Amino acid sequence: MSAVLEVKNLHIAFGGVKAVDGLSFDVHAKQIVAVIGPNGAGKTSAFNCITGFYKPTAGEVLLKGAAITGKRPADIAAAGVSRTFQNLRLFPDLTVLDNVRAGMHLYGGQNWADAIFHTPRFKRSEAAYTEEAHRWLDFVGYTGPRGVPIRNLAYGQQKQVEIARALARKSDLLLLDEPAAGLNYSEKQRLLELCHRIRNLGTAIVLIEHDMGLVMEVSERIVVMNFGREIAEGTPAEVKANPAVIEAYLGRDEDGEVQSHGDA
Amino acid sequence: MSENVDTTLAPKKIRPPSGRVSRLFESKWLGWVALAIAVAAPFVNATPYALNIMTTAAIFVLLASGLNIVVGYCGLLDLGYIAFMAVGAYTSGIVAKAFDLPLLFTIPVVLVMTVLAGLIIGAPTLRLRSDYLAIVTLGFGEITRITANNLAITGGPSGIFGIPGILKIGDFDFQQPAVFYYVTILVVAGFVLAAARLGKSRLGRAWRFVREDEDAAEAMGIHTYKVKLLAYTFGAIWGGFGGVLFAGHLSAVAPTSFVFLQSALVLMAVVLGGMGNMRGVVIGALVISLLPELLRDLAEYRYLAFGVLLIVVMLFRPQGFWPARGYEPERKPAEEREAVAVAGEQR
Ligand SMILES: Nc1ncnc2c1ncn2[C@@H]1O[C@H](COP(=O)(O)OP(=O)(O)O)[C@@H](O)[C@H]1O
Ligand SMILES: [Mg+2]
Repeated sequence: MSAVLEVKNLHIAFGGVKAVDGLSFDVHAKQIVAVIGPNGAGKTSAFNCITGFYKPTAGEVLLKGAAITGKRPADIAAAGVSRTFQNLRLFPDLTVLDNVRAGMHLYGGQNWADAIFHTPRFKRSEAAYTEEAHRWLDFVGYTGPRGVPIRNLAYGQQKQVEIARALARKSDLLLLDEPAAGLNYSEKQRLLELCHRIRNLGTAIVLIEHDMGLVMEVSERIVVMNFGREIAEGTPAEVKANPAVIEAYLGRDEDGEVQSHGDA
Repeated sequence: MSENVDTTLAPKKIRPPSGRVSRLFESKWLGWVALAIAVAAPFVNATPYALNIMTTAAIFVLLASGLNIVVGYCGLLDLGYIAFMAVGAYTSGIVAKAFDLPLLFTIPVVLVMTVLAGLIIGAPTLRLRSDYLAIVTLGFGEITRITANNLAITGGPSGIFGIPGILKIGDFDFQQPAVFYYVTILVVAGFVLAAARLGKSRLGRAWRFVREDEDAAEAMGIHTYKVKLLAYTFGAIWGGFGGVLFAGHLSAVAPTSFVFLQSALVLMAVVLGGMGNMRGVVIGALVISLLPELLRDLAEYRYLAFGVLLIVVMLFRPQGFWPARGYEPERKPAEEREAVAVAGEQR
């Protein structure tokens, strides 16, 4: 299997803080990989390096074998990476549908002249955008209103829409930053099932997650980070048995679930 | 769990459309009604004074609709917008005089010049954060005016006058005040419609995404810098056409018409009317341009009254008279959709 994502010896520092300090891991097609680690371990910073929001100070990121290191976020997204954010980053005053349409921007299908003259091409393209947006909302199991500003919705619904928006990008790789944070038990179960369905579309997933139960169940491989470094990598069973992980992370909590510390 | 909830997304009061008044406002016929009123107005009062004021107001509407693309749709605070009107007005005036052409034929040159001006001013400044952008655009606006004030080709402080009319076919002169008014109305209506349609397209959505959250827009593959530059360039074109109409209307152009106050007034129209909503902005522009005339009886107090009124509006409707509403129709129930799909296949 060829690697969708290869992260090689990634570094980023903010002043004296080495947020990511030599991280390497691969993600293969249709794989679900979890990145875990205590708050401040550098997980979100690693995501930001991969997606171009931070420029890594050293290291390489390859997508399907091609280097995307240090490129502009929009170019990396166009190359086939899509993401959600740890704290929701939706477009608050826009409707649910418009938020999902954002993920579809690269579909094109119309230009400004089509818009001004309302050409048949424009009407077809708009209808396709709307239909596709509904389709992705259905896919993530969103049942709320779709024509209202997203700021009026419940938190769980907003999280669903953010995933729908990322999926509409139709990328090869989806990065989810704490998708289960703030969700209740049944919402987490639905997220688990959704991850499997996304994988079946042919999209590889990397997710940052604190809920160990969910991580153990959903992921094929787990990357464990602490202080910017990778301290372990392997299957859930291997990671569970790794003494370094138990000491640094799991050992702190008897029932295997680390207390959520809210937003890092 | 509650600490994970991003409070910036907490529900704000944006009322859903309800009631007769808002349904009237949302009606797609409203644009036609407005156009009909504009067309009928000279039949009520066609004194040169009235025609002058109405033409000026229409040009002001065009400017506001252009600035709405930049500020309302894309969220780029531009404090020097009037510079684009200056570029349009001077270019058409200078070219028309030099080659003794009707103003109409200067439009291609004006287009090139305003697009260039938009790119030259936009390319460096749009890389800046929005607060710096405001200051830099303010500077560019002033630079444009001061340059016009000092160059020989722009006629220095006295500007250029005796600009040829827009068009003359045989004996029919489009420069007659009433005819010119109708030409203006037609052009302005076209541009307002075009701007409104742009707002409801893929590009218009991209502008709003940039306004709402630039990082999230980038993450979706939207090249935010290009998209902002496009907004700026479209704004420049709208301003340039405003300039051509302005030059035609007065048949003279002088630097004093392009002072900062003018930029501020156009911005005020956009904010007062409701940023991002073209209908609101048109109303805002009409209020800003016509109210001082209606308050003429108050003599020198009229600008005071004007200011107080603006403050009152901003206190009671901080989002403007008529803010952009973030609602669209819900999906039709499944059976109806199937019926439509079947009908579509049969076609
Ligand atoms: N933009 C930034 N500027 C300065 N420091 C940052 C920035 N982003 C992250 N950090 C620091 O990097 C470290 C790792 O943070 P983060 O990647 O958010 O951790 P995690 O997502 O694993 O909780 C923290 O010490 C954090 O303060
Ligand atoms: Mg984080």
